[in-house]
Amino acid sequence: MDAISHFFHAIPFDLIVIQTVNGIVTGLILALVASGLTLIFGILDVVNFAHGELFMLGAYVGALVVASTGSFWLGLLASAIIVAIFGAALQIVTLRPLIGRDPLNTILVTFGISLILQNYALWQFGPIERKIPEPIEAHFQLFYLQYPWYRVLIAALSAAIIGGFWLYLKYGKFGVWIRATSQDRIMAQAMGIPVPWVFTGVFAMGSAMAAASGVLFGPLGGVSHTMGLDWVLKAFIVVVVGGMGNLGGSIAAAIFISLLEAYAAIWLDPSQAVIVSFVVLILTLLFRPTGLFVATPK
Amino acid sequence: MTTAPLDKSVPLSKPLLSHTAVFWIGFCVVMAILIAAPLALPEFWRRFLTEILIWGLLAMSSDLLIGYTGMVSFGHSAFFGLGMYGAAGALLIHSPPNLWLALLFGLAGAAGAALFVAYFSTRLRDIYFAITTLIFSQIFYVIIFTWTPVTGGENGLIFTRPHLSIPFLYDARFTSTTMHWFVLAVVTASYLFLRRLTQSPFGMVLQSIRENEARTRAIGFAVKRYKIVSVLLSGLFAGLAGVLYAIQNQFAAPDFVYFITSGDTVIFNVMGGVGTLVGPIVGAGFFQLMRELLSRLFGDQFPYLIPLGAVFIVMIIFLPQGLLGFARRWLNR
Amino acid sequence: MSASADSTTPLVLVEDVHTYYGKSHILHGVSITVGAGEVVGLLGRNGVGKSTTLKTIMGLVRPSHGSVLLEGEAITGLPPHKLARLGIGYVPEDRRIFRLLTVMENLRTGFDRNGVTEQRRRALLDKVFTYFPVLAERRSQAGGTLSGGEQQMLAIARAMMLEPKIILLDEPTEGLMPRMVSQIGQIIDVLHKEGVAILLVEQNVPLTLAASQRVYIMEKGMVRHHCASGEIDVNNPVIKQYLGV
Repeated sequence: MDAISHFFHAIPFDLIVIQTVNGIVTGLILALVASGLTLIFGILDVVNFAHGELFMLGAYVGALVVASTGSFWLGLLASAIIVAIFGAALQIVTLRPLIGRDPLNTILVTFGISLILQNYALWQFGPIERKIPEPIEAHFQLFYLQYPWYRVLIAALSAAIIGGFWLYLKYGKFGVWIRATSQDRIMAQAMGIPVPWVFTGVFAMGSAMAAASGVLFGPLGGVSHTMGLDWVLKAFIVVVVGGMGNLGGSIAAAIFISLLEAYAAIWLDPSQAVIVSFVVLILTLLFRPTGLFVATPK
Repeated sequence: MTTAPLDKSVPLSKPLLSHTAVFWIGFCVVMAILIAAPLALPEFWRRFLTEILIWGLLAMSSDLLIGYTGMVSFGHSAFFGLGMYGAAGALLIHSPPNLWLALLFGLAGAAGAALFVAYFSTRLRDIYFAITTLIFSQIFYVIIFTWTPVTGGENGLIFTRPHLSIPFLYDARFTSTTMHWFVLAVVTASYLFLRRLTQSPFGMVLQSIRENEARTRAIGFAVKRYKIVSVLLSGLFAGLAGVLYAIQNQFAAPDFVYFITSGDTVIFNVMGGVGTLVGPIVGAGFFQLMRELLSRLFGDQFPYLIPLGAVFIVMIIFLPQGLLGFARRWLNR
Repeated sequence: MSASADSTTPLVLVEDVHTYYGKSHILHGVSITVGAGEVVGLLGRNGVGKSTTLKTIMGLVRPSHGSVLLEGEAITGLPPHKLARLGIGYVPEDRRIFRLLTVMENLRTGFDRNGVTEQRRRALLDKVFTYFPVLAERRSQAGGTLSGGEQQMLAIARAMMLEPKIILLDEPTEGLMPRMVSQIGQIIDVLHKEGVAILLVEQNVPLTLAASQRVYIMEKGMVRHHCASGEIDVNNPVIKQYLGV
């Protein structure tokens, strides 16, 4: 009896609650990144290696706009729009010629793009980390911590953006086009839907989502030219664990993995907490390769 | 006049030399150049050429998977890295540092990684496989990066180069020239082995898997087993490249295990031409030379990957078969 | 502008078309015409190239030789979505409705085009719901939950949303009950009365002969026979030769 009560005393409940909040915050940002990736994969059949770099570019653009205008909101909006246009241009120039070819080609091309963008960022912005200042200064009391409100705001914004896109897909005009294209590309064309432009539009949407996540993450961590690499890897893990092409699955997986990592960080070194996502991936591949959050394994 | 059916096996005019003869003549010419090179080149270029051969071996190992089995892997940095660290381990633990022990440890390390990847390789196809190999190479990276007491963590390991020792026959330090010849010997032997392999019945099955996996399975081949062996062999040669790199440069660093190295490998493959075995070596050479050229023209800080990346992308869109792709059939006969 | 869109320029002209699937030579110089408002039948056994002919017209397959003209203008090689907007509707074999979209959303894919006013959309919907009351009932249901016959109606209704000049119908009666088969015949009549041309690929000979003004009969990728529907009936030796078991 005594041992059990000792055990319960040893569990740091306050830390767990704090880490739950932290896990949800990063989880929602990761969900936004992964949603863009899943969208692009599900509809264009493109594994977008450059997604992490679009995230990074978005953060830089956001940092620059915030630095010159002082407004976080303007930075967020401008970043999403600029990177969306950039993404569309990228898709038209490098990915359209590859439609119909082996999907391997798109992996290679997007990998090449990611290399170029990374090096461009290093060259243009230098190796020193930049900061995006917190949009709100206020804090609230969470146990013994002064927990910043802006983190809650960022989580809410991520959720709102994801929700917005989901609603648009379901009810918007182009939403029907996008869903039709993803179900049957050929019949969508036969119905007059300009499928090549749907592809461009979806890629632009995915890019905007990545850019927005970058700006939202900015105040949490710094803005550097390598930030894309870590995120793209985690995003890929999330997409595979959530079930490729499954939007709801990606979101669930993102939050699930982020929570697990946050809890692991209580006991482990943060750079080792990353192992959690790897373990989840391996377990998923071993037992439920179509995705942890997919209804019935095929 | 009787009209005899056109017999395809009788050429209308006999070429001066058979295909085999031409290949071997070409091979000897290239070998002669590569053997003589270190004698004529200054120190920097000697080492440069040796490094091209090492990267070429890595790229060639990956070609077995990509070009012949049709499996794209981004995991080669793990095999390469483990080969490197394995060799490092042998050279640090055993004194005096022994070349053959380094090879043994390195290959064992790479084989371990390859078995791990191979297990999953048979359960996933195409893109899923590619992404998963990438994630696995990152797993190895994280382990190496954080397990500082064993792997030296962020700083890697530094060690001394072993002697080139053939038991009872020879024992002396490596010079950059003998190092080059050693590497050349290993790479050439690897090439000949892989060439033999891809032309054997085993190699034919691999290519059949690349063309149409379902049909190969339907015919009755144990596709899983072939894939596992393919990954293992590919990993072993990649690890061999890692061992050579460790011996050449006397350090092991986690950077090489980062997935970017795998990406570079795939770039060499695509630039040089997949499915040719020598193509990737040419691709590695082309890439390194361009890089050197750009840094000499525009200075060290120049982001050479921007134009090279652009060249890579343009090649995929317009020249997907790579530099040597046109010779693919010919090289594989 | 075309030279003269007079009554002698056919609506659709397929001229000496050769089409390959990979190395297989499927169409060996097929030539077909469909006049404005005409119902033309395309008969033949399985695998003779009837569907491929439709796919070539719809731009889903590119011919290696020959051309396709719409109202005198060459359309060979244009992407399908442009052809749909130019007025070609396509109802494929096995229907291929969007299973995860509702009936309403399936129809929307056809009228969410530029220049279609809200009024016209409503008018189109009303028309389609009048002809297919069962679709009106099921308008919020997912396409995949409909029965085979209902899916066929949806596929045709969906094409009608494009306000097409011609509808390419590929084996609409396949797998349907006899009652539905006669319904399909009625729908074709109605479309014909509205002035929509139809190129009907079928294996059901009586239906085709009754519904169309002219028929082509294909075998091994070529047109073997061409006549007015009234000239032959089911027992004709030509039919027995090319469609007999």
